[in-house]
Amino acid sequence: MSTETAHATEHDEANHDHWSDLSYVRLALALALITAIEVAISYKVDELGAVFLPLLLGLMLVKFFSVVLFFMHLKFDNRLFSLMFYLGLGLAVAVYAAMLFTFRFFGS
Amino acid sequence: MADTAVHDAVAEHDDHGHATSTGLSNNKLAMWLFLGSECLLFGGLISTYMLYRGRHTANLGPDQVWDIPFTSASSFVLLMSSLTMVLAVTAAKRKDDRNTNLWLTVTAILGSLFVAGQVYEFTSFYREGLGYTTSLFSSSFYTLTGFHGVHVSIGVIMLLATVGMILKNRIPGDKAEVVELVGLYWHFVDIVWILIFTLVYLIPA
Repeated sequence: MSTETAHATEHDEANHDHWSDLSYVRLALALALITAIEVAISYKVDELGAVFLPLLLGLMLVKFFSVVLFFMHLKFDNRLFSLMFYLGLGLAVAVYAAMLFTFRFFGS
Repeated sequence: MADTAVHDAVAEHDDHGHATSTGLSNNKLAMWLFLGSECLLFGGLISTYMLYRGRHTANLGPDQVWDIPFTSASSFVLLMSSLTMVLAVTAAKRKDDRNTNLWLTVTAILGSLFVAGQVYEFTSFYREGLGYTTSLFSSSFYTLTGFHGVHVSIGVIMLLATVGMILKNRIPGDKAEVVELVGLYWHFVDIVWILIFTLVYLIPA
């Protein structure tokens, strides 16, 4: 067990080293560009029609997981940290999706 | 055999010298657990807003009061603060106190700018007649964005406290881990705003 943990730690450290400050700057600029695209899309609701909502939500998820995986280092960190976070996130999404559907179907 | 495994597990040290049964930092594990629980808090607030976004008077709904260019600028500021925060974390891992403090301070300034923008936005909405109890839409909007603003403000206090503690050399244990924990909290308020910005501001009611 301890050997596996030690290997995992070495592997994590190696991955961390691949991300220089410049890599983080590039990622931040990409996220800023995605934000600009999101804002531009928000003014084209009628033109985009049915594509509008999935496109906007897709871009939002790309930004969300980019920050979680790279800025918060969850991609490189131990899986137990991912479990802690994704359990909370998954529970929140499931509970509130159920709540919103309930109100939609049974609400006045 | 079992004794050896237990012994190995207990003897395992994390990166920061504390013996833990998982071999991981308990502080970091607690922070991730806390952030997971925060998902439930903000999930509740966001879904309440989604439910009530249409419950407003004719001329004081989301499409009438939002100032998208201004909110986009605020979002950009918060996004860039995530960059400066990660630069502070990498500087702390290099044991570069000067740059750690520099980037933590820049992050705190950007966070304060975001909060100032939110105060300005709330004030302008109030002057347009959108009070906290004007409608279910306004109540759910102010509660959601207000809670987020409080989280950013707490984050700014944490950042400035960390700068002060580094300057006075009062951080017990691993300095880099403390900066990383503050960073995790800060990035979390950023990802919550990524959701709020799209779901609340960009998707038309």
